[in-house]
Amino acid sequence: MSRVTKFAARDPGPAARVVGFIAHLRANGLRLGVAEAELAMAALAHVDAARPEDSRRALRAVCTGCKEEAARFDTLFDSYWMDMGRVRQKVMPTLKSPAKDHVHASRDAKGQDAAASGSAITPDAGDGDADSDGTGKLIATTQRNLNRRDLRDLVRPEEVAEAEDIARRIGAALRDQRSRRRIAARRGDRLHFRKTIRASLATGGEPIRLWHKKRPDRTRKIVALCDVSGSMSVYAQVFLAFLAGLMRADTAADAYLFHTRLVRITEALRDKDAMRAIGRMSLMADGFGGGSKIGPSLMRFADTYAKRFVDGRSVVLILSDGYDTEAPQMIGAALAKLRKRGCKVVWLNPLKGWADYAPVACGMAAALPYLDAFKAANTLQDLAALEKDLVRL
Amino acid sequence: MTWTTLKSDLAGAGYVASDDLAVALQLALSLGRPLLLEGAAGVGKTEVARVLAAVQHAKLIRLQCYEGLDASQAIYEWNYQRQLLSIRAAAEDGVTGKAVEDRIFSRAFLLERPLLAAITQDTPPVLLIDEVDRADEEFEAYLLEILSDFQISIPELGTITATSRPIVILTSNGTRDLSDALRRRCLYTYVDYPDRGTELAILQARCPDVEAHLADQIVGFVQKLRTEDLEKTPGIAEMLDFAAALMGLGIADLTDDPSVLQAALTTLLKTQSDQAQITPEVAGRIAGRAA
Repeated sequence: MSRVTKFAARDPGPAARVVGFIAHLRANGLRLGVAEAELAMAALAHVDAARPEDSRRALRAVCTGCKEEAARFDTLFDSYWMDMGRVRQKVMPTLKSPAKDHVHASRDAKGQDAAASGSAITPDAGDGDADSDGTGKLIATTQRNLNRRDLRDLVRPEEVAEAEDIARRIGAALRDQRSRRRIAARRGDRLHFRKTIRASLATGGEPIRLWHKKRPDRTRKIVALCDVSGSMSVYAQVFLAFLAGLMRADTAADAYLFHTRLVRITEALRDKDAMRAIGRMSLMADGFGGGSKIGPSLMRFADTYAKRFVDGRSVVLILSDGYDTEAPQMIGAALAKLRKRGCKVVWLNPLKGWADYAPVACGMAAALPYLDAFKAANTLQDLAALEKDLVRL
Repeated sequence: MTWTTLKSDLAGAGYVASDDLAVALQLALSLGRPLLLEGAAGVGKTEVARVLAAVQHAKLIRLQCYEGLDASQAIYEWNYQRQLLSIRAAAEDGVTGKAVEDRIFSRAFLLERPLLAAITQDTPPVLLIDEVDRADEEFEAYLLEILSDFQISIPELGTITATSRPIVILTSNGTRDLSDALRRRCLYTYVDYPDRGTELAILQARCPDVEAHLADQIVGFVQKLRTEDLEKTPGIAEMLDFAAALMGLGIADLTDDPSVLQAALTTLLKTQSDQAQITPEVAGRIAGRAA
């Protein structure tokens, strides 16, 4: 018995089905445009489209753009084309697309709604607000939605704007001058011979104007890991605003959330609409305000993402209070592994601002030997004050 | 040409491609789109381009990307020294003005770098842009422009349009996120470590002298080793080195001599902590299970 989806007889031809498939992918978060639909049709013409596996491979090559998308593609393909022989009701995307819902929801949040409910802590789950974001396509069930806090209630747009400013200043403070290669510059420590000779062509071979070169400043890449476990929820407002601002200020920055597991939120936070970005982030931060497993989360980071995104030019910012439910040795081991990649590790602990704070929490004590800086950070002002300290890293 | 014939062509040239990769390559050839290959180091991304060039009887032009790569290294540069000499020579001959200018800004004084070279060939070459994630983002934007128009404008000479469209293959190790614009323009395939059957086929294609029993053991051993918690997972090239090392040491069975096995492991384990982790006992256990 064929698993292939049956399409209703009144449906238009294969082109409409492919367009429907592209819309299906788009609804599930893949960024595809009209050009991809066209390319997908062209690609299908070049393989034996009657063979599902060939079509699957061709469409995967066209429609995916990164490893995560490629990994998700199979299930999305199955759910559209291999629907166990069921009749698909409509192949054409409806006018009321989920993308529109996105925009609408975010505007509401950006307007009066978010500002009105702008307390530091959200009301309990089950409140109407928490369920009201219209991005339902991405999530599996409504049941889990109840346990989820909408982070948009935590963060106000003004704060994001302020944080953006701070993040931009911090990014500018973190310059690395270790490049070995020199580039042309107005004031430099060496003569730029090639450029000087090039310029001398205009003056008949006489080098009248001298060009210089110097070692370029290279920006450091900021990788931020934010703890959003229960003990940190009071500070989440500040840190989430900071993350959102950071991603807007610095296109190379990278951001992660962790509680009992690690989630990469870089993609979500790149959204142009700040509040929509935070809405997308809250969808991913399932388990927000729960327990914390710092050690395993950091270890997972060191084993996976760090191998790709962390190098000698990175500064890893860890925003956490150091209260861990797992063995503290794991934090030390994970940080040692991270340090091996040549990066700087900065731990920002909100508790450090307290009068008598001492890093006695086992996790924090285990982490201390591996840190380049250990700073307090409770408010956006504290973060702004970091600028000076980070220059010296 | 269907992807199955392409796959067997590649196999004939010594490259065992997965079905996914073969389809993507065939689409890249027939649609004229660049193909972006991503994957861990040592899974054979660069080798694809080399073998594809051999199969297509095309020239391989390679642009290795690095941080700070700029237009003068990737596209073209004027040969300033030669221009200068020419000016001096012209001055002695008494030639001046427009004549000198025409002479020194001609193709003879242009140093072709890979991108310009790739679009001025008579027959379509294979252009390999290796480790594109290492180049700066500004360069990526420039690359996009060339990949979409296949023309390069040189202020002194005018616009040079492609005489043949190269087959473009980009590889990336994923050290940073590539821009969406670049991803959109390319077909995409993630190249993973091969499964046991594929890897065995690769070993047999590259080292035909290895006996079947030993080959099976080698591949099984490396596959098991990849599941261990290592800092640097061994790739295909390492596996081939390992096989060559065992051949050179004259081993017939992996479980025979633990000390020789441990010595040969230097071809697979590339960090100190990995070497410390895979002790002779662990290696022996893995070899025992792989057999």
